[in-house]
Amino acid sequence: MSERRLVTLDGNEAAASVAFRTSEVIAIYPITPSSNMGEFSDDWAALGKKNIWGAIPDVNEMQSEGGAAGAVHGALQAGALTSTFTASQGLLLMIPNMYKIAGELTSFAMHVAARTVAANALSIFGDHSDVMACRQIGFALLSSDSVQEAHDLAAVATMATLRSRIPFLHFFDGFRTSHEVAKIEELSDDDLRALIDDDLILAHRKRAMTPDAPFIRGTAQNPDVFFQAREACNSFYTACPAIVQGEMDRFAKLTGRHYHLFDYFGHPEAERVVVIMGSGGSTARETVDYLLSKGEKVGVLQVRLYRPLDIDAFVAALPKSVQSIAVLDRTKEPGAIGEPMYLDVVAALRETKESGVSAFKTDPKVIGGRYGLSSKEFTPAMVKAVYDELAKEKPKNHFTVGIMDDVTHHSLAYDLEFDIEPKEVVRALFWGLGADGTVGANKNSIKIIGEETPNFAQGYFVYDSKKSGAVTVSHLRFGPKPIRSAYLVSRANFVACHQFEFLTKYDMAEFAVPGGVFLLNAPFDKDQIWDELPCEVQEQIVTKKLRFYVIDALKVAQATGMGGRINTIMQTCFFAISGVLPREEAIEHIKHAIDKTYGKKGAEVARRNKEAVDQTLANLQQVAVPAAATSTTMRPPIVPVEAPDFVQKVTALMASGKGDLLPVSAFPPDGTWPTATARWEKRNIAVDIPVWDEKICIQCNKCALVCPHAAIRVKVYDPALLAKAPATYKSVDFKAADFKGSKYTVQVAPEDCTGCTLCVMVCPAKDKGNPKHKSLDMAPQRPIRETERENFNFFLDLPEVDRSKVKTSDVKGAQFLEPLFEYSGACTGCGETPYVKLMTQLYGDRTLVANATGCSSIYGANLPTTPYAKNKEGRGPAWSNSLFEDNAEFGFGMRLAIDAHSREAAALAKKMSATLGDELVTALVGADQSTEGAIAEQRARVEALRQKLAKVPGEEASRLLSVADYLVRKNVWIVGGDGWAYDIGYGGLDHVLSMNRDVNILVLDTEVYSNTGGQQSKATPLGAAAKFAAAGKSIAKKDLGLMAMSYGHVYVARIAFGAKDAQTVKAFIEAESYPGPSLIIAYSHCIAHGYDMAYGLEQQKLAVGSGIWPLYRFDPRRVAAGQPPLTLDSGAPTNSVADYMKGETRFRMVEKQDPVRFKHLQEAARKGALQQVAVYQQLSALTVPRIAAEDAKPASTLPTTGKAN
Amino acid sequence: MDLSVKYLGLNLAHPLMPGASPFVDDLDRVKRLEDAGASAIVMHSLFEEQISGEEVATARATETHANSSGEASSYLPDPPDFRLGPDEYLEQLRKLKQTVRVPVVASLNGTTRGGWLRFAKLMQEAGADALELNVYDLATDFETRGDAVEERMVSLVQAVKKDVTIPVAVKLSPFYSSLANVARRLEEAGADGLVLFNRFYQPDINVEELEVERALQLSTSSELPLRLRWLAILSGRVRPSLAVTGGVHTPVDVIKSVMAGAHAVQLVSALLQRGPEYLRVLRAELARFLEEHEYESLEQMRGSMDLLACPDPKAYERANYMHMLQSWRF
Repeated sequence: MSERRLVTLDGNEAAASVAFRTSEVIAIYPITPSSNMGEFSDDWAALGKKNIWGAIPDVNEMQSEGGAAGAVHGALQAGALTSTFTASQGLLLMIPNMYKIAGELTSFAMHVAARTVAANALSIFGDHSDVMACRQIGFALLSSDSVQEAHDLAAVATMATLRSRIPFLHFFDGFRTSHEVAKIEELSDDDLRALIDDDLILAHRKRAMTPDAPFIRGTAQNPDVFFQAREACNSFYTACPAIVQGEMDRFAKLTGRHYHLFDYFGHPEAERVVVIMGSGGSTARETVDYLLSKGEKVGVLQVRLYRPLDIDAFVAALPKSVQSIAVLDRTKEPGAIGEPMYLDVVAALRETKESGVSAFKTDPKVIGGRYGLSSKEFTPAMVKAVYDELAKEKPKNHFTVGIMDDVTHHSLAYDLEFDIEPKEVVRALFWGLGADGTVGANKNSIKIIGEETPNFAQGYFVYDSKKSGAVTVSHLRFGPKPIRSAYLVSRANFVACHQFEFLTKYDMAEFAVPGGVFLLNAPFDKDQIWDELPCEVQEQIVTKKLRFYVIDALKVAQATGMGGRINTIMQTCFFAISGVLPREEAIEHIKHAIDKTYGKKGAEVARRNKEAVDQTLANLQQVAVPAAATSTTMRPPIVPVEAPDFVQKVTALMASGKGDLLPVSAFPPDGTWPTATARWEKRNIAVDIPVWDEKICIQCNKCALVCPHAAIRVKVYDPALLAKAPATYKSVDFKAADFKGSKYTVQVAPEDCTGCTLCVMVCPAKDKGNPKHKSLDMAPQRPIRETERENFNFFLDLPEVDRSKVKTSDVKGAQFLEPLFEYSGACTGCGETPYVKLMTQLYGDRTLVANATGCSSIYGANLPTTPYAKNKEGRGPAWSNSLFEDNAEFGFGMRLAIDAHSREAAALAKKMSATLGDELVTALVGADQSTEGAIAEQRARVEALRQKLAKVPGEEASRLLSVADYLVRKNVWIVGGDGWAYDIGYGGLDHVLSMNRDVNILVLDTEVYSNTGGQQSKATPLGAAAKFAAAGKSIAKKDLGLMAMSYGHVYVARIAFGAKDAQTVKAFIEAESYPGPSLIIAYSHCIAHGYDMAYGLEQQKLAVGSGIWPLYRFDPRRVAAGQPPLTLDSGAPTNSVADYMKGETRFRMVEKQDPVRFKHLQEAARKGALQQVAVYQQLSALTVPRIAAEDAKPASTLPTTGKAN
Repeated sequence: MDLSVKYLGLNLAHPLMPGASPFVDDLDRVKRLEDAGASAIVMHSLFEEQISGEEVATARATETHANSSGEASSYLPDPPDFRLGPDEYLEQLRKLKQTVRVPVVASLNGTTRGGWLRFAKLMQEAGADALELNVYDLATDFETRGDAVEERMVSLVQAVKKDVTIPVAVKLSPFYSSLANVARRLEEAGADGLVLFNRFYQPDINVEELEVERALQLSTSSELPLRLRWLAILSGRVRPSLAVTGGVHTPVDVIKSVMAGAHAVQLVSALLQRGPEYLRVLRAELARFLEEHEYESLEQMRGSMDLLACPDPKAYERANYMHMLQSWRF
């Protein structure tokens, strides 16, 4: 038996490690927070790692979780040991197959990182609402509470399913366990071989379909037999719990870790007991240990096997002395008597009593409560509040804990000061930026401490919801015993702030214990730094007597060629100050880790990192702290005082990281939130921002078009308005003939710009005497922040252009329209958002957006602030997200409703024409609404109608009033990524295209699943590496456009704004004006392509120039004019495919792995591109013949219409 | 006719070989070169700047976004075989060695004393028969003196020589105040060969876009005289063997080069324009010339027109045209 290793890993890896080694087939689909399990499996397969039987598992990514479940079902039926990983909505999509798998008594273990199911809002975080939706299927539900358990019970699930034939859903808490990094004892291959009974595998294989011994499974049954046949499985369920316990016992013999169906911890004569499942159990146990030391008679029952629920085992596990029980459910079932586990416990106790068994001294009271929804913190203070409640004579039933419910008053109060963390545990908190590498360095530190010292270590990482300038907080614990604290660090011995700017936003020193350490990265030395701190920070440092250190990490990083990466520098500081390891030893480990990370693909990067480590110590300084705070500067408010009330009271708290404090009454009960809130969150994340030189500007407005964040804008306006302009406000005479005599300004939003430089890259205006100076150059933000803020506010107050006077059909004109999508949290340099913004400029004031889940729904709608905005009239895009897979249908439904409303409005108006006036009604109903001017006229007519209706009594008038606005043409834009359009939502998309209704579909094609981390989709191009295609995709990208064109009635455009912006604008205008379904496929450069997004426009040009991404517009309207419906907007290739590919890591990665293979792929891509262009060239010359109408045909030969079944 | 020659201590059948070029990326073309009679294969350079630049750029492009979102810990796969660095080059070198029988000269380009020097050893281990070092950089720093530039180059050559046992040639540029002295110092540093001269990407100005564009034009015979002059000056005066590169297009160019002292004649533009098989033509023409002019061997002709042997050495030494009257005598 090989020796077991102690390893430091997260819950996902812990579970996947067992699943991989005990599977022959794995079918997956990415979904947070389970994606990593599939990715680990794919990585291991690529590495040639084998399962315990010596074969490499066959890992396949499917098009949806439904697809993955189907593949799993098939693999199981054909006899393979099979696994899958999923969460949340993904698990829900698997349910139909899970019924089949269970009904067929199939040995199968799946692993779920339990996550909230979207309801009032989507949430990527953890609770049990997904697994609870599976409790009725017939799967066994096995719950782990920690990283070690996720590893161990993954094995138990596999062992037990083989022996019991009941399929197992093994789950652990999303994020809290799936993403917690901890030190665990790893099961060796020998262990797994010893645990899994080979005879059971043979039995599993024997049950497989084979033509050598054929049978039929999956019959259709009738009322005569289905019921009896369904009951035939009962004995398997009856036997299952004992089998599970048997496997747990076998597991214990081998490993020494003994699990039970229900594990009780606490006083043997406890009076108060909490029943709980998942990671909350760890925290409850920790709290119980503390309360026992205080003499309290309490205990906790950790539920491991929730289905099949063994009543006897459950009752037996409870102490006889128990008087009151609180059952804690991490889910919510609105309208139910109680949450599921509570109801189970009530029923179990009732059945026990009725069976005549006297299990307890007195009948215990049972209450149920909810906690921890969507990863809400669950702390010892909350556990104590539950025990305190149980001690009351009339404890509150159906309570909540962890929030303040000031509406229905279900919540329990808890003591925020209650702290039981043991002294020997070192706790550290690190605030960093996603881009500065803080989290990666901390994961590394945990590995060093966990694997190089006898200490146990725990790491948990909190990310904000922004993709650019994302703030990360790392919570680390180290101690001599296993760490059970499944909650965030709130009192830290070591607090580090890796970004100086955070001092004005977050109260970090608040988390430091008295006498602790506060480490700050700042562009100041030990003698200057004190005076730069806000008063609140100084006070914390003085009052708590913190040891205060400062380092100019950016200076060290720049001096050692590390750019903005300060991770190794700050990591070195942590080890140098904290003394967790002897300094020299720690530095040796850091350097070793650097070599391990960069050994194969970055000797130079490793060298620079090591040099940074060496230079850190010389630059780390301890600050002499004065006796009292001296600063008069206070932290600025999170949102400006002029922000609306809701933003002040709710949004601002969320943005400052204090959303936990908001009570229930602060929230809309139905998930409806105000738009236009991003403008209040000034993030100041750009180090450099563009500065406009008006003298050389050619006024092309390209800068505004390419800006992903609407942070650079253009306006034309009356010169008289400049009278009140701030002193540094810039303007220049407008050059074009329209708006002659107007002034023109390009204005940057200094606090919203992310510093991506796309505007500078696209700017064509060079200073002729000094061409390196352009009309837009980057300059440090901080010195001009105040003046530019004032200028931007002045700019915003200037009137918007008259939409009816702008030529919206070109780039320049369209950019004068107000963007109604601004300052999103999208990545710096995002290639998607310019399209979304353009859509809102052209049509945002009359658009409904149906948005598929993905990047665009996250930057579009993740709280605290959201980017869809309103114009001065209060109009703007109305936005909603349904699911990932149903977005086309969702938008289609919106269209149906709008059409119903407008039809009703027209009908009612006609009906009331005598009252309303024939002229008005005729104009309203027959209005041309093809131009902005015509829309404005129609809006005026609707206003006139409203005024008239206000004076008309009766039901018809009020009905017409309710739908009057629908007489103004409304758009539906169905927006999503390629994962949706090409894969999971393709069936729906295809159907909606076939329906010939007026919807506009915008596919933001990044060619991978960007939001979940770059997994391949059917849009991934030939030769590109992506997750699940690490060696490079060998199949060509699906030609979605050509497929849509084959209908004949669908408008289709393929665009790339970086290559031909005029064509982009034209495509939007044609798509919107086309009265049927329109599909726009938009090239979106993405961080998952692996290069600096500043070159996104360049890469777009090269993609188009190589023929890989031809630009075209297919407009069925041209057929009637005898013209070819397809217009090819990009010509013959002007550069090679190689030129395009060499600039992106996704391609280079393939080349560097296997140059010969890459050459073949690249050659195939080159041929494919040329063929594609040639085909499109031919199509663009093709007119559709107009067939003359035939003379009247006999009725019998006419095609029939009607619905097929 | 005996065309054999000794270059970098390697016994070659004749002096003609392809110079550093993209030829070596394609094994079929390399095979065609060998079939056409190439006496050795010179690989294009492994660039220090490119390797470290790509490493740093890749690290930035991939790391900047890693671990910054709850939904994705990274955005690109991390396949085990994805390696940046010299592996691809070394692999190609290994393949070349398996493909051809003639010696393979690997080439290394770098200007700092960073980790890239270790590549020299890796090239030797991968089977290179010799190395061609390209250590020239454009000294644009106003504070850097010419002697410091030379010193750096000499010390790099010394460092490489310490690391490897195979012969090392240094590819030179003509831009030194005292090229003869540079050659002598490289000789002292242990260089086994000197390659005259490097050709560089030259800047060009796009007058519409106001951008500087880089371009590498193919050479012409007009570039040869500069090389002939320095071959002739160095020939017989320095121990390292001499190669000419840049400007050899015709049989006469070859003959002139050998007469000026070249042990090796490297061809790139001519072969790119006329195909690998042109090497066979040049070789035949060289042999024919020697036979027609009744040379005993190529070695007899080699250096026959260098500074030491030629009838009018001043022609090599004078830089400017001078009016001279036949009657002007002292």
